[in-house]
This record gives sequence, C-alpha cells and structure tokens, in this order.
Amino acid sequence: MKIIYTDVLVIGGGLAGLRTAIGVKRRGLDTLILSLVPAKRSHSVAAQGGMQASLANCVKGQGDNEDVHFSDTVRGSDWGCDQTVARMFTHMAPKAVRELAAWGVPWNRVSKGRHEVVIHGERVSLDANPQAHGLITARDFGGTKKWRTCYTSDGTGHTMLYSVSDRAIAENIPVHERKEAMSLIHEAGRCHGAIVRDLISGELSVYVAKATVMATGGYGRIYGVSTNAIINEGMGQAIALETGIATLSNLEAVQFHPTAIVPAGILVTEGCRGDGGLLRDVDGYRFMPDYEPEKAELASRDVVSRRMAEHIRKGKGVKGRFGDYLWLDITVLGRAHIEKNLREVKDICQYFLGIDPAEEYIPVRPTQHYSMGGIRTDYQGQSTTMKGLFACGEVACWDMHGFNRLGGNSVAETVVSGMLASEYVADFCDSDEGELDFSTSLAKKFFDHQQSLLDRLHTTRGTESPVKLRKQMEQIMTEKVGLFRNGVDLESAVAELTELLQRSQNLGVCCRHPAANPELVLAYRLPRMLKIALGVAMGALARVESRGAHYREDHPERNDRDWLKRTLYTWKHESDPQPTLDYEMLDVNVMELPPGFRGYGAKNIVEHPDSQKRQQSVDAIADSSDSRFNAQEKQMPFHHLLPEKYRRRNERLDEPLNEPFDEQQP
Amino acid sequence: MSRILNFNIYRHTPADPDSQPQMQSYSIEESHGMTLFIALNVIREEQDPGLSFDFVCRAGVCGSCAMIINGRPGLACRSLTKQMPDEITLLPLPGFELIADLSVNTGKWMRALSERLESWVHLEAKPDIDHLETPMEPEIAEHIYELDRCIECGCCIMACGTARMREDFIGAVGINKIARFRADPHDQRSDTDYYEVIGNDEGVFGCMTLLGCQDVCPKSLSLQTQIAFMRRKMLKTGVKLK
Repeated sequence: MKIIYTDVLVIGGGLAGLRTAIGVKRRGLDTLILSLVPAKRSHSVAAQGGMQASLANCVKGQGDNEDVHFSDTVRGSDWGCDQTVARMFTHMAPKAVRELAAWGVPWNRVSKGRHEVVIHGERVSLDANPQAHGLITARDFGGTKKWRTCYTSDGTGHTMLYSVSDRAIAENIPVHERKEAMSLIHEAGRCHGAIVRDLISGELSVYVAKATVMATGGYGRIYGVSTNAIINEGMGQAIALETGIATLSNLEAVQFHPTAIVPAGILVTEGCRGDGGLLRDVDGYRFMPDYEPEKAELASRDVVSRRMAEHIRKGKGVKGRFGDYLWLDITVLGRAHIEKNLREVKDICQYFLGIDPAEEYIPVRPTQHYSMGGIRTDYQGQSTTMKGLFACGEVACWDMHGFNRLGGNSVAETVVSGMLASEYVADFCDSDEGELDFSTSLAKKFFDHQQSLLDRLHTTRGTESPVKLRKQMEQIMTEKVGLFRNGVDLESAVAELTELLQRSQNLGVCCRHPAANPELVLAYRLPRMLKIALGVAMGALARVESRGAHYREDHPERNDRDWLKRTLYTWKHESDPQPTLDYEMLDVNVMELPPGFRGYGAKNIVEHPDSQKRQQSVDAIADSSDSRFNAQEKQMPFHHLLPEKYRRRNERLDEPLNEPFDEQQP
Repeated sequence: MSRILNFNIYRHTPADPDSQPQMQSYSIEESHGMTLFIALNVIREEQDPGLSFDFVCRAGVCGSCAMIINGRPGLACRSLTKQMPDEITLLPLPGFELIADLSVNTGKWMRALSERLESWVHLEAKPDIDHLETPMEPEIAEHIYELDRCIECGCCIMACGTARMREDFIGAVGINKIARFRADPHDQRSDTDYYEVIGNDEGVFGCMTLLGCQDVCPKSLSLQTQIAFMRRKMLKTGVKLK
C-alpha cells in the first residue's frame, strides 16, 4: 500500500483547484493536485463568454460597483443564495480579474472613441471614455444591470485556465494526472485524505493530507444531454456523500442554458445574446420581448430557458429530427464582429452544424448546463459537518448562486473561491485543528474496502449492463427531472432511480484487465452517479414551490414563507436505499437584500412574514448613511470575514483609492 | 438505409501483459450528424466496452482527442463522418507515450515542455490587485489572444519532420508559446533570456521548414509566421551574443 503525504490535497485540476493550490503553496504549505485529465483539459476551458467583475470601465458599465453586482447575483439566485457569500464574492471579483491580467490573461480592452454596438437588434453608437482606454472592457450578459462580463473574445475559460495552470507550473505545484479519488479517508468527523486510483495502471494508492480540497466540478452528466464535459459526472459530490458525514445541498438546483446547439448539446455562449443576438421562432419572429418586455433575450437564464420551452409548447418551435428547437440569430452582429469576438461559436457552427453563423441562424434549445448544488460548506469552503474537508468551485455549495446562477459568475467564482479558500485552508493547517492525528491502519481499512469493491467487479459475473443502466438514468433525468417538473413525474423518477441504484449493485464487467479499462470505470462510477441523480430527484420532489431554475408546474409560486431554506442530503448508512433529507433555514432578518420580486413575468410569491419589516430596516439604514460603504457595513457586515490581505476597497475610475500599493502587505 | 462505416482501430494496452498491438475492425451504421466522438462511443457501448480513447469537452476546445484519422492528425470530436469514406482508420498520435488504444499521454509531454520553456509570465513584482489594472493597447491584447489559442493537442508534433528525428524538439507548440510570452508586456524576459531556452537545434533552429504543423493545426494558428519571426529574432540575438 503506497502512501503519499502532503499538507493540502487538492482534488481537481480546473480553475478552482489550481488557484487553491497556488494560494496554499504561497502560504508555505506543501500541496499537490489530482486530476482525471491533464489540468489544461479541465472543463473550465469550456467557459466562453466571460467573467463578471464590476470594474465599470466600459461605457455601459459606468456606475457599476460591488453593490450592483451583489444585487444582480441575489436576484439571479431568486433569493436562494447566502448573501454574505455573494458579498464576499462581488468584493473579490475585481481583484481576481486584475490578478489574472498580471498573470497573462489578455482581457479585451476599452478602445477610446466612438464604436458601434448592437442593442435590441439596433445598431447604437457609443463613445468610450478616453480615460478608460486600455483598461479591461466588458460585455453585456443576462440578468445584469450593467455590462460587467470581462472577456477574451469567446475563449475566456481557455485563457484563464492556461494562465492559472501556467502559474501553477511556475510555482512548482505537481499535478498527478489521470488519477481518480475513489473515497475519502475519515474518522470521527475529520477528513484525512483520499484513496486514489491510477487510471493508467489501475492501481490504488493512499494520499494523506492535513486538508483535502474538492474542486471536481458539477454533475451535469447525469443528464442525457448536457453542455458539460464528459468528465463532469459528480464524483466529487458522490464521494463526499458516501462518507455518511459530509452533507450536500440544493442538488435540485440545476441550470438549463438557453442556447446549446441541436442535437449535439454543445454550448454557444450567452455572449451571443449579450452582444446583441436575438432568439427567433419557426416564423423568424423575435418572441422574447412578448414575454419579458424589459430584458427580452437577456433575462436571467432560468427565465429565458423556460420562456423558450413555453414557446415551443405553443407550437412555435422548428420541427427537427431530434425534437423541436428555436433559432439564435447572430447575423445581426455582422461578420467582422463574429470573426473577432465570437470565433469559437463560428468554429462550433462550422464543424458541428456545417453552417456559417454570419449568414444563417443557429438551431438551439435549453440544455442542462450547471449544478448550483454541491458539497455544503461554510463561507470558508469547509464542510459544515466534516473537519478538514473543503470544497470550492462548482462542486461546492457555499451558496453564492442559490437557485439560479448568472452567466459569467461561474468562472469568476472558481478563481475567487480558490483565492479565499486557500487562505482559510492554510489557516486551518496552521492551527491546532490542522494537526494530523492519523494511523496507517485507518488508511488500510479504506484502501481494502475500495480494493474489495474493484475485485468484486472483476471476479463476480454480475448480470446488469453498466451502459444500459446509465442510459436509463439519463433518460429519467431528462424526461422527469428537467426544466418543467411536477409531482407525478418526480415521484416516478425517485422510484425508478431507487430501483436502478439497487440493480447497480449487480453490475457485470466483460473487459477484465485491471489497467486502463473504461468499462470498469463506468461500472464503479455509475452507482455514485445514481446516488446524485436520486438526490436531485428527491430534492425536487420535496420542494413544493418554484424558485430560480427549479420550476414546479404544480406549484408555480415562490414560497418564501415555507421554502426559504436549503435542502441538505446525507447518506447515513452504506446500505440505505436513499439519502436522508433535511433543511437549513435562511434568515431574512440578516439579509442585506430582503426577498422581493425579480421583475420577470407575473408576480407570484408567498411572502415571508419578516420580509417587509427587514426591508424597512435596511431602507432606514441606507437613508441615514453618508456613503454606500457605510450603509452596507451596517446592513450586513462581511469585511471581517475576509482574509486580511483582501479587505481593501477596489479602485475604479470614479472611485479612486488613495492608499498607495503596499508591497509589504500580508 | 444509412451507410455502413468500417473502422480499423489500433488496439494495445501496454500496461496489460497479455496485450499485443493489433488493428481491429468494427462496422457500425452511420447516423445523422455523426462525429468520431459519437461513432467511437457507439462502438464502445455496443461492441467493445474495453476500447480506450480520450474525450473531455467533445466541442473542439480542450485538445484531448487528437488522433490520426485516415492518415492525418485531427480532433476526433469535431470530425464529421459524412466527410469521410466508408473505411476509416484510426491510430493514436505517435511521438507521445501510449496509454491504451487511441489514448496517449500528451499531458505529460506538454507539462514537461512548459517546465523546460518556463512558459509563464515572468513578473517583476507581485501584482497590485486593488488599484486600476495596468492599461494595455487593445491591439496588443488581441494579438496575445491570437497566440494564446493553442490547445496543446499535439497535432503539430505528429506532423513535424524534426520531431520524428529529434525527441527533444520543442515543435511549433513550443515556439508559438515563446512568441506568445514575448508579445506580452507583463513578461519581463528579454530576447537573451528566450535565446537561452530556444536558441538551439532543439528549439527554433531545429525547424526544417517543412511546416506540416501549419497544415494540420486545428486552431489555424499562424505557426509558419511565428516560427519565421522567432527564428529571425533569435538569430539577431545570437549574433549579438557572439
């Protein structure tokens, strides 16, 4: 049994994991990263349109700041998020963008003088502030009051991942590629590392660490069609759940992106609509303004996706071999703009659809895209029930997205949560709690257990086919736990997934060599995927309201009175057929932005009894404060929670920072 | 009735002592919009669950799935079968460590390259992240992005005559990386520093100008221009140093 020791074990080599590793290494700790694939192939690379940060440099970004970004994020979440976390995030986002600029991300810049943009299908001329020339520019995205999404053409995830990955190489951080964490080693509510399988040799080994950080991304691949990379199978959430101690939360909060191409399910960025692209129906008619007169195509993602599905149900979709779809029209933007700012979109259209998007409409429909739920953590990224286990990025639910994430807030979250979590992880490792009290016999117990599970797959002749069971799971999720949900379908989904999970105990593998063996990999992952799928379906069935991306046709109202709470999941005993659900209340009386109307469609809210009172009290504070900073500090203080080095204000052209840059700052 | 596609696929798992390198044939029915990503998954799901290959994004942006498709390197995920003949031969990329069947270890190779070339922005000081960012001319940012679009797929290495003869040749991927950092005003290195890493036969002077790299790059990077440009710059630097 090979044992590898490190201070901080980071599981996942995407943006969140890489940034965490860099942070802890800079604090003097030893760290290493495990990754299923070479780090630069992680799903972060697929982010196209950009990263939100309130720099306020471009014309349509003027007047932007953390307050506006915070308000957009909370409204976007349909008041389901943790507002303290959303505050910490919006404060950090400008710092993250500026750090990335220095590390090499070639953010598109403001060009002084007049330039043309497309808004609501019309060409509009804007005059850029000459003072902003050369500063980082931004584009419009859905659900935002300002143009706030910083970008590099439509390859933002790529430039970010390459810069951060190169930074990790520069700082000599090892990435153990093609390694998969199979289980977490833990005892008495304390995590000690992981049992890890080498995907080339098939061998198991033990990684022991003071702190273990999960950064493994989302669980989109439990659906049949998803924009996610094929490695996003929810294994991070699943092995946390399998500890029986760590909790997951809000699994039912699953985002469907309005514009994935049909039928491949490959994403074309929200930047298409942000830059002025339009949605059209079978008649070529632009339908979104009829539903959402104000924001139209740039309403929140959950809203646009539902309106599209609604329009298709009215018979206005384009009939196709793989079901009905709608058109995304970016021809209005002109060839020059597409070839400069939407070139990945152009490539995708050319290679996968055989069309030229400067001339033809793109066939699109809403498709699974993002997992708001994940491993439940506090604002420091630490599991609320297991010490030494941290999580950040999409795998986590520290809960800045609530029930709907804004476009451009996910890659921003990966880097920000990595910056923050690395400091808290380092504090933890430096504290008494961080000391490792661990015996190799404990590791042996976990190692033997995983080995016996693998041996069983190799030696017994199970009768169930992993491929068939997986297809059934995907179909159930797509048909019964999708964009529109109802009690009857969800109940049958829960029953069917429970049965599939039981059947998955009897999987048969024909291909028996222990090394690189894709069939074996599917066989051990499938029961874990089913556990997550079951969690999504059960959470959705239990939540008898509609909030953000979770929409119940039989309960269309948002119910703040009864459902302003997070769903929690625990898998108490290995033999349990289902996870155990519990809830955690959100406290209206500490919210800086008490629950209100998002402004989409008709107002349909069961009010929380404290909402109005809390609104009056935050309004009174705002009226009696002399600056936005003071008001905020009184309404919901959060600066004291930030690591000291990140507490300073962010400079903007209209908000100069008079303190000089101090190279000696901690 | 759809067309029947006949695949000939390289099979070998070096870690399995019983495995012998061989070509294996499979026949499947073509479906509408079929890519090699879809076709290989159909083969794996219906005929051969042990077949190994690498896909991650399956959208042409992550660089995982480069392989030799009927004699030419390319990204399998975005290769449509309707543009191919009935017989399709798939081989793993040569020049990289074979993991199994069509899966090769490009990640390990690229990491070693990055370490060797120090392919990261060399900063003079810790960046100030609270104040306004340093301005950059919009055209410079756009130029860096052009060079930054490499996805480290390995196609240029497969198509390179020098890399066939010289295992330690950095290839177009390496030369383009240096051009990228050289263009970045954040990077404090000078041409003398770059000369130290690429001013030799394993670097920019090893290129025989066959330019297979330019022909096969899935991102259509201007590799020919970058190689010529860097060679001129390094030649000038070399002459000065003598």
